[in-house]
Amino acid sequence: MSVLKESLGFLASRMRQIGIFIALIVIVVLFQILTDGRLLTAGNVSNIIVQNSYILILAIGMVMVIIAGHIDLSVGSVAAFVGAMSGIMIQDWGAPWWVAIIASLVIGALVGAWQGFWIAFVGIPAFIVTLAGMLIFRGLTQIVLGNQRITPFPNEYRQLGGGYVFPQLFPASSSPAEWITVGLGILALIMLIASQVKGRMSRVKHGLESEPLSWFVAKLAFTGVLVIGLTYLLGIAPGSRGTPIVLIVLGALVVIYTAVMNRSVFGRHVYARGGNLHAAQLSGIKTQKVDFYLFVNMGVLAALAGLVFTGRLNSAGPGAGNLFELDAIAAAFIGGAAVTGGIGTVTGAITGGLIMGVLNNGMSLMGVSTDYQQFIKGMVLLLAVAFDVFNKRRSGGRRAAPKNKTVLDRTTGVATVESGKPDAMKADTKAGPAGD
Amino acid sequence: MVANILEMRSITKTFPGVKALQDVNLSVARGEIHAICGENGAGKSTLMKVLSGVYPHGTYEGEILFEGEPVSFRDIRDSEKSGIVIIHQELALSPYLSIAENIFLGNEIQRGGFIDWNKTNLEAAKLLARVGLSDNPTTKITDIGVGKQQLVEIAKALSKEVKLLILDEPTAALNDEDSAHLLDLIKHLQKQGITSIIISHKLNEIKAIADKVTIIRDGRAIETLDMNSDEISENRIIKGMVGRDLEHRYPDRTPKIGEEIFRVEDWTVHHPTEHDRVVIHGANLTARAGEVVGIAGLMGAGRTELAMSIFGRSYGSGISGRVFVRGKEVKVRTVSDAIDAGIAYATEDRKRYGLNLIEDIKRNISAAALGKLSKGGWVDDNKEYLVASDYRKSMNIKAPSVASVTGQLSGGNQQKVVLSKWMFSDPDVLILDEPTRGIDVGAKYEIYTIINRLAAEGKAVIVISSELPELLGISDRIYALSEGHITGEMSIEDATPEALMQYMTKEKEK
Repeated sequence: MSVLKESLGFLASRMRQIGIFIALIVIVVLFQILTDGRLLTAGNVSNIIVQNSYILILAIGMVMVIIAGHIDLSVGSVAAFVGAMSGIMIQDWGAPWWVAIIASLVIGALVGAWQGFWIAFVGIPAFIVTLAGMLIFRGLTQIVLGNQRITPFPNEYRQLGGGYVFPQLFPASSSPAEWITVGLGILALIMLIASQVKGRMSRVKHGLESEPLSWFVAKLAFTGVLVIGLTYLLGIAPGSRGTPIVLIVLGALVVIYTAVMNRSVFGRHVYARGGNLHAAQLSGIKTQKVDFYLFVNMGVLAALAGLVFTGRLNSAGPGAGNLFELDAIAAAFIGGAAVTGGIGTVTGAITGGLIMGVLNNGMSLMGVSTDYQQFIKGMVLLLAVAFDVFNKRRSGGRRAAPKNKTVLDRTTGVATVESGKPDAMKADTKAGPAGD
Repeated sequence: MVANILEMRSITKTFPGVKALQDVNLSVARGEIHAICGENGAGKSTLMKVLSGVYPHGTYEGEILFEGEPVSFRDIRDSEKSGIVIIHQELALSPYLSIAENIFLGNEIQRGGFIDWNKTNLEAAKLLARVGLSDNPTTKITDIGVGKQQLVEIAKALSKEVKLLILDEPTAALNDEDSAHLLDLIKHLQKQGITSIIISHKLNEIKAIADKVTIIRDGRAIETLDMNSDEISENRIIKGMVGRDLEHRYPDRTPKIGEEIFRVEDWTVHHPTEHDRVVIHGANLTARAGEVVGIAGLMGAGRTELAMSIFGRSYGSGISGRVFVRGKEVKVRTVSDAIDAGIAYATEDRKRYGLNLIEDIKRNISAAALGKLSKGGWVDDNKEYLVASDYRKSMNIKAPSVASVTGQLSGGNQQKVVLSKWMFSDPDVLILDEPTRGIDVGAKYEIYTIINRLAAEGKAVIVISSELPELLGISDRIYALSEGHITGEMSIEDATPEALMQYMTKEKEK
């Protein structure tokens, strides 16, 4: 195996990450031109953030589920169910808004635990369990709401979906700049630079740095410019309304979950489980536990998305959250997650979600009708994944081979080991179609 | 009629940055059995892929003459039409289809767009008879053993009116009896005029059936030896393959054996789904510090089942018996229990059960003992990198960095990553299941050296192997397993292949 081939492979894996950023930038620039500059205005940028926030929250959980080799089709229904329950708690039971929010997150966790139980411990494929969950929780939403929508919600509750950080302190109309946003922007910039430089210094100290300095600086400068640009648009540009609260929530989630997936033992186990289930099990990883907690986590994030969405609309309806799951799944796959598991990143999924969001928003600004929007989004998803497949094929398709279960492997012999696999494999057969 | 059925002339195949084949010439005479030898990564498979059209004409330089005519295959179907059929190491059979369906897969016998089942099964039965199988052609592939599956592959090749049969490591997973049968069959086909190219690591087999051997090293054809005219020894072939004399295939070692640290008592295991079928019958075994213990047994004797059931009940049901590590009884209900108790198990199938092939070296090495690198649930990346780099050096893992993806390493280097993973978990007992399967001669020697090093560190190493010379070369003591019973135990001084084989084939009186 030559050094060159290896480093090419390394670059190719990195190209995927860079490629999707470039795609996002191209799309932004394209729509900025096509809409005569209406895309990147203060009002519209904060719209894009708020409109897509719940999909992005779902995409974080979804990409983790996909990395582990599962899928979750129920998140839209779960979000609707949790939104409805929060409305009932507030309106019918008179619960304070903060109690309703905490209780809603707990409900999300319980829903996740329910689905996780069937997937991890009974061994039914996630596709089936969450397909059932999609129906179950949609049904429950309609039952608890009695097919009526609940509205309005208390002001505090609605902040999560549509609020801004302390707008009353510095009303946009009277102040040229929204100082809290600027302050937050500067803080984010400092933290970004500090953490990156610290990490690099520690790697350099141990002699582990594989990244050239120029690349490091370029990457940092690029993200820095992004933060500054966003700060400008949200806090200084004419018509700016300050920082949406949900952006802070989202920012925190991205930072936390990126760390979890890259550096925590749990995150490692998720990648190991998705990359090769049997190898993970034979390395002592408790894959059932990993699966279970993944779905609990997904439930909590779906609940959060439901709260944000309900707050933004100021209404909990029986049809809320319809097709959210497909947007979240699309975001994860556009962001580079692999259908076979083991590959994907949180930042990738967020970028994928933003690509979808900017496409939606840009086309709406241009007055493209929703039928065309659907068509174009579908094509983008298909082409993004096709690009991936093509890339992989070019950089040597060797890695795909061992996953192919239909190829008989002589070294194990079918009869003995196939049947001897731990629970997860038995589950596959149990979950076969009911008709046979 | 030309004498040479196949002429490959100055074949050069380049991948981005790598010359996989350089100016390779290969002549195969009509009706001969031609072996191709070389270390893993030498270019044998690439050469066969060029020949069979997997790499289509135009992606390589050079010329291929088949039956005297220049050919330019676009894909495998193209080469099969000319009568060249390749049987890959990983069998390409569909497990839930019948033998007959598999034989005619992609080549169905049709009448008016529908499959003619009677003719299909009839023809299949004829082909099966030619390869010496009497099974019903409607039997599903999963229901026959690996040895028979191999024969079905050959029957499939015969259905395509094969003139040149290419077999890639055909006996790698077969037991001695099945191997012998297969080699006989190749000889038999030779009499029917079928030319064979056989890629193999098993030099004794090559010696037994090949007429000529071409040795490939580093993408070049080094030499072609005539097995019939000269007296060619196995060592002569090895010398060609590695480019040096391999005087000792097994490294020297002076065993320093301490006290017993591992004991399994009355270990009984039932089949995972057929609960009343006993797979392991009351096995007892021990291993001492610094000792290398071999486990010999034929395919299906229960070697892997024994090891995996001990390793956190990864196999089987209704398991009873006791396990002691360093004199203390340990509970090994889960894999992590077993790892905590100081037991490690490196699987026989590293690609499927041992490695995460899409992940890099360092994360594979840390996978079984991430706890040692983490605090409060957070992994120390830098420490992980350093640990992995140390193993890369000490185990001589050939890769540009520990961030290289394991799926792109050669078999020997992959095995070193697996061993590193288990060494990092710091076990008292290592169970190595077929540690040198699919690994070339040079890397095998390295693996043996590592085994010796582990023993010298005071660990007990249990090696399961199908290759008796290997067990005899590295073990201090050998257990023989037959049909789930431990039928014998021999110290290395008393052990001979014949004696072991007797135990391995012994039927336990019920």
